[in-house]
Amino acid sequence: MKLLYFSWIRERLGMGEEMVELPAEIKTVGEFLDWLKTRGEEFEAILEVPEIVRVAVDQEHKNYDELLGDAREIALFPPMTGG
Amino acid sequence: MANAVSNVRIQAEDFDVNTEISALSDGRNDVGAVVTFSGLCRDEGGTLAALELEHYPGMAEAEILRIAEQACARWPLTGLRVIHRYGKIAPGENIVLVVAASPHRQAAFDGASYLMDYLKTRAPFWKKEHLIDGSSGEWVSAKDADDEALKRWE
Repeated sequence: MKLLYFSWIRERLGMGEEMVELPAEIKTVGEFLDWLKTRGEEFEAILEVPEIVRVAVDQEHKNYDELLGDAREIALFPPMTGG
Repeated sequence: MANAVSNVRIQAEDFDVNTEISALSDGRNDVGAVVTFSGLCRDEGGTLAALELEHYPGMAEAEILRIAEQACARWPLTGLRVIHRYGKIAPGENIVLVVAASPHRQAAFDGASYLMDYLKTRAPFWKKEHLIDGSSGEWVSAKDADDEALKRWE
């Protein structure tokens, strides 16, 4: 599974992407974020305030209660500021 | 990325507004209205040297195309073009372009406005400020007003 990070989340982690093995019991976006928090202080800090981090699964926006499905790519990023 | 009516491009290069308008109107007689919105980089009272636009390649195109398709389903548009730039952009330069064409003006106005409102809050782009004093400024924060703007389309 490929994880992608953008904007200040990318800067704080010091990487734009990484490959990970997700535990099989993780079914939802929310469970995935809870698992990420166990991977280190930086992840915990980034995910400290709920809902600030947006999640896209296979390049589509997902809410925290939605299923990951057979995701190949999960992206984490702050609220968008384009336009 | 494109379907019959919409055309979405994410690019580093600048664009020419007149070329994009012509692409929607040349050689056809059913277009009665073309509405163009262009978003430019402003200097924030002389403090800003440039904006750096980061994007999520692949999703940026896909998300804007999804919004464009919703706009086309909602209004009788004959054409819709969206161009969003990424990379470093100086004050006065173009950032984004939306061109909506329709037989009548209201659909073209509404289609362009809807596209921009959703693009602001759902297209994966992030702006970082580079200040005139040489320092790297902050990532621009999302505005509540942009979320509010969506309510009129519900």
